[in-house]
Amino acid sequence: MRKFKDHLLLGLLWASAFLTVAVLVIIVGYIFYKGFRLIDFNFIFGDYSPVGHGGIWPMIVTTLYTIFISLIIATPIGILAAVYLQEYAKQGRLVRLIRYATESLTGIPSIIYGLFGAVFFVTTLKFGMSIIAASLTLTIIVLPVIIRTTEEALKTVPLSYREGSLALGTTKLQTLYKVILPSAMPGILSGIILSIGRIVGESAAIFLTAGTVAAMPEGIFSSARTLTVHSFLVTQESGDIELAAAVGIVLIVIILILNFSATFISKKLNKADY
Amino acid sequence: MLEKLSARIFLFCALLSVVSLLLIVGFVFYKGSHPFVAEGYSFFDFIFGMDWVPSEDKFGIFPMIVASLFATIGALIIGVPVGLFTAIFLAEIAPKRVAKIISPAVQLLAGIPSVLYGVFGLAIIVPFLQNNLGLVKGQSLLAVILVLAIMMLPTVVTVAETAIRAVPKMYREGSLALGASQIGTIFKVVVPAAKSGIMAAVVLGLGRAIGETMAVILVAGNSLILPTSLTDSVRPLTTNIALEMGYAFGTHQEMLFATGIVLFSFILLLNFVLAKISSKGGN
Repeated sequence: MRKFKDHLLLGLLWASAFLTVAVLVIIVGYIFYKGFRLIDFNFIFGDYSPVGHGGIWPMIVTTLYTIFISLIIATPIGILAAVYLQEYAKQGRLVRLIRYATESLTGIPSIIYGLFGAVFFVTTLKFGMSIIAASLTLTIIVLPVIIRTTEEALKTVPLSYREGSLALGTTKLQTLYKVILPSAMPGILSGIILSIGRIVGESAAIFLTAGTVAAMPEGIFSSARTLTVHSFLVTQESGDIELAAAVGIVLIVIILILNFSATFISKKLNKADY
Repeated sequence: MLEKLSARIFLFCALLSVVSLLLIVGFVFYKGSHPFVAEGYSFFDFIFGMDWVPSEDKFGIFPMIVASLFATIGALIIGVPVGLFTAIFLAEIAPKRVAKIISPAVQLLAGIPSVLYGVFGLAIIVPFLQNNLGLVKGQSLLAVILVLAIMMLPTVVTVAETAIRAVPKMYREGSLALGASQIGTIFKVVVPAAKSGIMAAVVLGLGRAIGETMAVILVAGNSLILPTSLTDSVRPLTTNIALEMGYAFGTHQEMLFATGIVLFSFILLLNFVLAKISSKGGN
């Protein structure tokens, strides 16, 4: 009897793993199968046109804008916040409050960020539906990611580095910029890569703050659509699965490249000679 | 002087996340509570009202609350056992070489934009349900449940696998030495020892399911009726916000923020549970 139960459970374990892998392979396979025919130079680098499948260059540019603006704000703030938490703060109520806030921000669903962005950046600060409003909303979304990964990276810098540097008569600040941050750099970089992935994959928050204009943005105050929003809208409005899948391929390839570079960097981190 | 100034700047940066959280909670709650505090709408009618007709000043979200709960619980019932069993398989049963290929692949899938799960759902799952169940419209509660279950799989697998791998080797050796079988050891010793990490995986997956918006819009059908069967077209809370935010103004817009508050409350509850679990697992 016990043997039978063991065999049954073992069978279920194999079946579940098989099911998971199969479903995920089918999804990615389907997206590639459906979309690959559309991918060519003109599709990637061409201007959008509502007739046919159109180019997606404006959406790529919009996505790059959102990545660039949100990171240029979130990275320094996130790194310095992590430096405060790890290197400067005395553990106590204030640090607990900051940690609690950072963790809570991670759990908020993106549609709530979208609501906030729509009323705060779009309406109250009068940015209108625009790339800048979406990017500032995304800044808040990725801030906890950068803080957490930087904290982890700072934790791996050996205490002896700090002591050695301070013993040579440097100030705390000099030690930070010349010794601690450089050796934490690989960890910080993989945090930034994670954030790019989060920004590229985001849709609901961008949908409510950047709008849906399918044209090359004239500047950061233009309304525009990112790749994910484009993929969503062509599916919803015209049921053009082929186009949505082609955009999906571009998204998956971006995520793949980001993942490989993160793995590459963390391997370098492990090889670094401490 | 410079030292002091820079310490201040670091503190300021760290406080920005607190400020952001306060701003988000403040704005959403201020906007969402306005109709009930200042315009005389009844909160009870909002939560338990059956009709959502903004043009006739009717704002009831009970069908959406039910849809969100059913969709999330349904996804949980399918996604958690499959995800958990996959995690156990990868951590305990699979040959090292197999696990080394599958684990990173599953992790990678956690990063795929959720919209694509919706596109797949609309292209494959919806027509499949329509043809095989003889539905007029395949967009249904069941379609939402299946898409969300698939979407939460990578998250559940990755987090649960990490938790199971963290169980000390001694536990397994001790159990095997006492004559327990491998399967018995896994289910009676290893899984209970990884309980808090596994619960965290479940809660994270849940959070992802209840907050998902764009993928759900594509497969839900978005009808405003109270769902009575798995094949009914539904409109969960998140999709209500995304679908109407574009043109809503005045009280209608504030009611969408109120919808956001309800969603927010669900998430806060989940976070609270997660915090309880992880503080328990801290030792």
